[in-house]
Amino acid sequence: MTQILIRFLVGGAVVSVFAVIGDLLKPKSFAGLFGAAPSVALATLGLTIVAEGRSYASIEARSMIAGSVAFFAYASVVSLVMMRYKTQALLSTICAIPLWLGIAFGLCHLWFK
Amino acid sequence: MQIKVDASSFSQARWQDYAIRFLFGGLITAIAGLIAKQFGPVIGGLFLAFPAIFPASATLVEKHERHKKEKVRLRGDIRGKQAASADAAGASIGSIGMLAFAVLVWKLLPNHKSWVILVVATLVWFLLSILSWKLRKLV
Repeated sequence: MTQILIRFLVGGAVVSVFAVIGDLLKPKSFAGLFGAAPSVALATLGLTIVAEGRSYASIEARSMIAGSVAFFAYASVVSLVMMRYKTQALLSTICAIPLWLGIAFGLCHLWFK
Repeated sequence: MQIKVDASSFSQARWQDYAIRFLFGGLITAIAGLIAKQFGPVIGGLFLAFPAIFPASATLVEKHERHKKEKVRLRGDIRGKQAASADAAGASIGSIGMLAFAVLVWKLLPNHKSWVILVVATLVWFLLSILSWKLRKLV
């Protein structure tokens, strides 16, 4: 339970730092780079290295490659849909989450199984 | 287009905006740990690139741009959506850097000092993201 709480606090703090930096920058397309900052990865990998060791964290990073490809597809689709159909940000970003899940798990199945 | 630091978004943001992102960031980090524990590092690692705070951030960008336009009595809904779309386009470029981060950590972490690899991989993410962003502007 303590470890989950530590993960929550460290993850929240690291993600917030990157989010605040992104908020301060212009133009928006540049600030958007920080939407793809490895903030969750930094918090998780740091704690995983301490708890499980470097080899375990390295396997997590390998899977992150599939997650990153899925993130690229997800953000590209959200951007295109919003630009073309003028949909709301919350609706577009939430509805595209299954796309991320499908690509991430699909690539994981193809590459690592 | 020149890169600028604009502190005005700070004054527009409410503490709840930051609290939501802290909450989502903390939750996905905790959940990624739980998933790794339950299903192993292969599945858990996928969630290191989960767009956890992206919906909250894009919504915030849309809202701020809309309010900016409405303050000068213009309709801001289209501008808000365009800004959120640009933010998402930036994130898709940033994911190239994220991929490089993952490859570096995967390959180098087992045989080198952990903190050095995390710092170097973060710098590579940053520099590659900026380079990709500049290249996209040139094309």
